[in-house]
Amino acid sequence: MTFENDHVSFKVNGKQYNVNEDKNTPLLFVLREYLGLSATRFGCGEGTCGACTVIINDEAILSCDVPVGEIEGKSVETAEGLQREPNDPLFRAFIKNQAGQCGYCLSGILMASKALLRKDPFVSRAKIAKALDGNLCRCGAHKRILDAIEEAAKSVVDNA
Amino acid sequence: MIPPSPLTNFPLLGHWVKLSEKNNLIFFSGRVELGQGNTTALVMMIADELDVLPSSIHLETARTDLTPNEGITAGSMSITIGGVALRWVASALKYQILEIASKQLKTQPSNLYVQSGCIYQKGKKTELYLSDTFYKIDFNRKIIDDVHLKSFEERQKSFPNINRIDLKSRLVDAPFIQDIAFDGMLYGAPVHPPSTYHQLVKIDLASLKDRPGVVKIVKNGSFLGIIANSFYHARNAAIWARSNGIWKSTLTDPVDHFQKLKCSNNVLDTIIESKDIRKNSGKWFETSVSRPFIYHGSIGPAAAIAKFEDEEILIYSHSQGVFQLRQAIANVLQKKEDQICIIHRPNSGCYGHNGADDAAFDAVLMAKSVPGKFLKVIWSRFDEFHTSPMGAAMVTKSRALLSSDKRVIAFDVEVNSTPHTNRPSSKIPNLRAASYLSKPIVSVRTPDVPLERGGGADRNASPSYDIDSLRVRKRIEYDTPYRTSALRSLGAYCNVIANETLFDKIAKELNVDPIKFRLEHVSDPRSKEILERLADERLSDTYNTSDDGTGWGLGFARYKGSGGYCGVMIKVNIDETVQVTDAISVCDVGEAISKDGIKNQIEGGIIQSISWTLKESVPVDGFSATAETWTDYPILKFSEIPNLRTILINRPAEKPLGAGEISQGPTGAAIVNAINNAIGIQVTELPITRDAIIAKLHSVT
Ligand code: FES
Ligand code: FES
Repeated sequence: MTFENDHVSFKVNGKQYNVNEDKNTPLLFVLREYLGLSATRFGCGEGTCGACTVIINDEAILSCDVPVGEIEGKSVETAEGLQREPNDPLFRAFIKNQAGQCGYCLSGILMASKALLRKDPFVSRAKIAKALDGNLCRCGAHKRILDAIEEAAKSVVDNA
Repeated sequence: MIPPSPLTNFPLLGHWVKLSEKNNLIFFSGRVELGQGNTTALVMMIADELDVLPSSIHLETARTDLTPNEGITAGSMSITIGGVALRWVASALKYQILEIASKQLKTQPSNLYVQSGCIYQKGKKTELYLSDTFYKIDFNRKIIDDVHLKSFEERQKSFPNINRIDLKSRLVDAPFIQDIAFDGMLYGAPVHPPSTYHQLVKIDLASLKDRPGVVKIVKNGSFLGIIANSFYHARNAAIWARSNGIWKSTLTDPVDHFQKLKCSNNVLDTIIESKDIRKNSGKWFETSVSRPFIYHGSIGPAAAIAKFEDEEILIYSHSQGVFQLRQAIANVLQKKEDQICIIHRPNSGCYGHNGADDAAFDAVLMAKSVPGKFLKVIWSRFDEFHTSPMGAAMVTKSRALLSSDKRVIAFDVEVNSTPHTNRPSSKIPNLRAASYLSKPIVSVRTPDVPLERGGGADRNASPSYDIDSLRVRKRIEYDTPYRTSALRSLGAYCNVIANETLFDKIAKELNVDPIKFRLEHVSDPRSKEILERLADERLSDTYNTSDDGTGWGLGFARYKGSGGYCGVMIKVNIDETVQVTDAISVCDVGEAISKDGIKNQIEGGIIQSISWTLKESVPVDGFSATAETWTDYPILKFSEIPNLRTILINRPAEKPLGAGEISQGPTGAAIVNAINNAIGIQVTELPITRDAIIAKLHSVT
């Protein structure tokens, strides 16, 4: 057995965590099982669906694809961070547009689009769509999701 | 008024409502939330009838220890039957409340009414709140004795309009079955044989037991379950087991299911036959449409939690029918039903009979060996693609007879399909692992859904037009190694495509506008309105298709012949591949309860259907389904989504009908017709990929 227990420390939604896990464990499982932060969803565990998207140091990243060892000292944002931010423009736009059905894909899409708007608040609808091609939604809520993100982008720009 | 069917077995108020210790009313529904938002609509219906705010309604759904057994939540019947039942419950409840209040206020019940949870008399608020009457409610009264439903005009005045009550939590909390955690919980990963015809012949159990985090191995016949202290470890051990075990198929000859479906000699069952079908004369037109196996493809794979304690089993499942699942598990384990409690919890969107029931049984098989502990099973993507039931493969052959005065006067439809129902029940467990336990329980054939319940393979085989003579025949091909079962809209998707593309074919030959041609075969005003509104939209710039490679097409059907009406118009742009650039639908589902929820369902149905029609086909190797990851089974992506509009015709005086399954068939048909309009070929072997178009072009030239 190659168990390489070690210490990793990083931030999630501003809170400091120190975990003692095999450094190869993907971040997704660390978040869900060890830290009890399950708003980041398991969809495939192999980097092909986007359900597990989180933001790490401002980049949208598939958390199933990152060994926890690699995020030493970094700062992770997950959908839980929005529980305390009901006025977040994206969160609000998702609710306003009723963008979702089962909602399983949504937390990943929320994080992916958050990172996108942070980088480029003027992003076009076509570019938003392209950027989300790695995020699958089986319920077919795409149109509303795009409407919501576009609306949020607009409100951010308008208020800037 | 005929009482809604669930009130037959559950006639008493107490079957549907209970008073909590804190003097709150708790309502029960046997319907499960599949992600489609039905719980929100049910809450709206109760609140409206009771004249209280939706936010004050507490509704518990689908648990075998509390709620009425309303069967499987499927076929777009949640609102039509389940919602209307709750309306009756709320009405009877209000009647009693006003009766109790009238005694306390020494007046007639007819002088009183409810508004936002307070009791009013002649326009004035009384000192009584609704809750002051609860302690006197007689829950043993029969609902039908007390029911006084509101008229639809009354309902119009104050019908609540609310957003999805569960969307916030689905965005940022952890409501899904995957997310639930209990103290000391263990995790299980199943390792299923590649098909129900495969046997596990060799696995090194000792090495498997030594994998990191593994606590225990459960082996029963060809079922292998790995119990570990984390999902991550369970999952990794399962991956190891899959690549180190050996399975052998008991079948030796590969099966070409399409060949079987296309030219089977098995007898056809005649479902409908007008006497004169063979006597008519004119010109026959025909088409044959095939669709492959389709995956459910929920983004979150199947999951379940189970616990064994003192001979009792507690299960959390996202099954569509918790009572049926309970019967099936009780049957396989030789237990009494009341020793098993199943509680529904949401999972990723459910589009039919997926792996939920199988995963629950996997959890039970594993939890049995660790009594007293909660055990959570989460399937891998591989399990989803290899193990869960798939949507049936079909070949529908339609023939239509055109009379000399250019009317379609006969339709003759032959449906060939693998089964659309293989759900668990008391007699037939239909749980995947049960078929290869050491004492296997072989699943027997389930008869197809009868026409009275909307039909299964033959759903919507009758076109939604005035056709004088009709014949519908079907043949269910049971003998393939693949396990197929209910997927959204059952046979309707393929049958509507066959009939609607045939209609276009004839219109084309006659050189008449396809919408006009349809209108000539419609007398029902509701159908007419849909087609007329689409005809208007057709004139807009959006559906101008003068550019090269663009085309428009239409599909229309009344779901099941008795459900919601839906017409879809599509515009495509063909440039190597087919791009659906625009889609518009006009729908009528009678009384619209949650208008936005209905639109959401229609839009979702259209997008899912575009994906089925253009992209999806389960890869099979002759014995089993073989996709391993999403890369092997692409679905529609964000950049491929068309501009989408939905027009909803609300008919408050009509019965409310479901919306979840009405748009798939019309969408598929509209795409095929639009492609034909754009490049002059009718591609009827789905999916319509780039290769399919090239092949068809070659076969034509
Ligand atoms: S779970 Fe990470 S991409 Fe699917
Ligand atoms: S809303 Fe269900 S998968 Fe996107």
